[in-house]
Amino acid sequence: MYDTSDIRKGLKIMIDGSPYSIVEFQFVKPGKGAAFTRTKMKNLLTGAVLERNLRSGDKLEPADVETKKMQYLYADADSFIFMDTTTYDQVNIPKATVGDSAAFMPENTNVEVLFFNARAVDVSLPNFIEQPVVEADPGHRGDTATGATKPVKISTGASINVPLFISVGDIIKIDTRSGQYIERVGRA
Amino acid sequence: MPAARETLEARARILRAVRGWFEGQGFLEVDTPARVRSPGQEVHLDAIPAGYASGVGGLRPPAPSAGGIGDPSRVPEKDARWLITSPEYHMKRLAAAGLPRIVQICKCWRGGESGPHHRGEFTMVEWYRAGAPLAALADDCEALLRAAAVAAGRDPAALGFAAPFARTTVRELWTRHAGIELGGDEDAAALRAKAVAAGVALGTAAAWDDIFYQVFLDRIEPRLAAGGPTFVFDWPAPLAALARPKPGDPRVAERFELYAGGLELANAFGELTDPVEQRRRFEDESRIRAARGGQVYPIDEALLAALPDMPPTSGIALGFDRLVMLVLGAADIAQVVAFGDQE
Repeated sequence: MYDTSDIRKGLKIMIDGSPYSIVEFQFVKPGKGAAFTRTKMKNLLTGAVLERNLRSGDKLEPADVETKKMQYLYADADSFIFMDTTTYDQVNIPKATVGDSAAFMPENTNVEVLFFNARAVDVSLPNFIEQPVVEADPGHRGDTATGATKPVKISTGASINVPLFISVGDIIKIDTRSGQYIERVGRA
Repeated sequence: MPAARETLEARARILRAVRGWFEGQGFLEVDTPARVRSPGQEVHLDAIPAGYASGVGGLRPPAPSAGGIGDPSRVPEKDARWLITSPEYHMKRLAAAGLPRIVQICKCWRGGESGPHHRGEFTMVEWYRAGAPLAALADDCEALLRAAAVAAGRDPAALGFAAPFARTTVRELWTRHAGIELGGDEDAAALRAKAVAAGVALGTAAAWDDIFYQVFLDRIEPRLAAGGPTFVFDWPAPLAALARPKPGDPRVAERFELYAGGLELANAFGELTDPVEQRRRFEDESRIRAARGGQVYPIDEALLAALPDMPPTSGIALGFDRLVMLVLGAADIAQVVAFGDQE
C-alpha cells in the first residue's frame, strides 16, 4: 500500500475500483486540521479527470497497470492481433477494446497498450498517422458550404474529409484523435 | 534568491506599514522566546526540536553518543526545548500580566509543512486586544490589508479590500455549499453520516475534525477561494482549541478565520480564560497526539496558572508571508521570501 507521502506525478493508484494516474498534487493544511494532499488524477480506463483531497495517513492501493509498446499486425473475426515490440510475443485484443480507434489503426501501426490486472484495457494510437488515399472520386464537386472538401478513404476503410486537390495515391497526415485531415505529405 | 528584488522591497514596505499601523493603534510590540518547553498541544501541529535549556546543553551540547543535540527525548522533559509553532502561550501570559494591547512579528516553525502556501519556517503577526470583542479583530484585519496594499503601491479597491469584507459563519457555508446542516454537537458518527449523505468521499476519516476538514476542502474551500475576502465566524466547538464557547450558543466557539485570494490568512479567538476547561482540552489533545503516535509536549503550567488573571481578550495570528503573497498576487510562498529551505 502507498500513503500520501508516496504521491508523485505518474503514481498509479486505485480509486473506487478504477486505476488512476496522478497528474498534479499539492500539500494543503486547512485551519487547524490535518494535512491533506490535493490531487488531480486521470482515470486510465476512461480518461476522466478526478480531483480528490487525500488525507495524510490515508492508505492508497497501488493499481496493477502496465503500458507496453506493441505493433498492430492483423485482424481476425473478433480481435486484433498485436506484437510486443520488446519480446515479440503476440496477443489478441478484442475489437471492442480498441473501439472506434480502429478506423485509424492501419496494419503495422505502433501503439501503446495499457494492461490492467494483466488484461489489455486500452490501446493508444499515435496522435498522427500518415496513410495513402486508396479511394477518391475524381469528379466530386466538393461540399463548398464547408470550405470545399470531399471524402476519401484510407486502407482501414475510414472516410476522411480532405481538400479537393487530394487524389488516390497521395499520402495524407491525419490526426487520430479527431479524425481530421492535417496536410498532404507526399505521393505513394 | 527565489524572490525578486522588487518583491523583497515591497515586502519590507508592507512590514513597515504593519508595524506603523500597530504603533498608531497604541500596541506594544513584544518579543517572546522562540525556544520553549511547551510548543503547543494542537493535534495537527508538529514542533521542531531546538536542543536544551540554557545551562543544560545550551552552551555545551552532550556528545552525539549521549543522544545528540536535537534529540529532546533523551533529556528530562523540562529541559528539552522546541521552536514555537506560534507565540501564543507566552503572549497570553503577557496579556494576563496586564498588557492590554500587544503585537509580535516573529518567525514560527512547523514540522512537515511544505507547499505553495506552507513553509516549515514562516513569519507570523500575532496580536491581542484586552476588553475587545472578536469583531474588533476583524476590523483590524480590514485596516491592515488596506495599509499593506497601499504600502506595496497597490490599489486596495482593485484587490477587493475597499468595501467591508463579507462576514459569514461555518454553518452558513455548510448549508449553502455542502447542503449539510451542521450542528457542532453531533458526534463523529452522525457527522460522517451527514457527509456521506451529501456525497463526500471520506476515505477512512473517523475523527470529527478529519470528517469536517474533508468536507471543508472538497466543498467549501474552493468556493471561498473564488470569492472576495471573507471572515468565517462561529467554528464548531470540537475545533475551538483556545477559544471560549460563544455566549448563547455553546455548540460553536468564538473563533473566526479570514480567507482572501484562496489563502487562509488569519485565525482569531475570543480567548478562553477558564484554566479548568483549558487544562481539560490540553489533556484531551495530548491523549489524541499520543494515540496517533505523535510527540506529546508538556502542558504549559505557567500559562494555566496565568489564565485566571487574564481579562476577556481577543487574539489573532496572521500569516505575514501570505499577506505579502495576497497583496503582490504571488501564487507560491517561495516567491515572497529571500531564501527557501534548501538554499
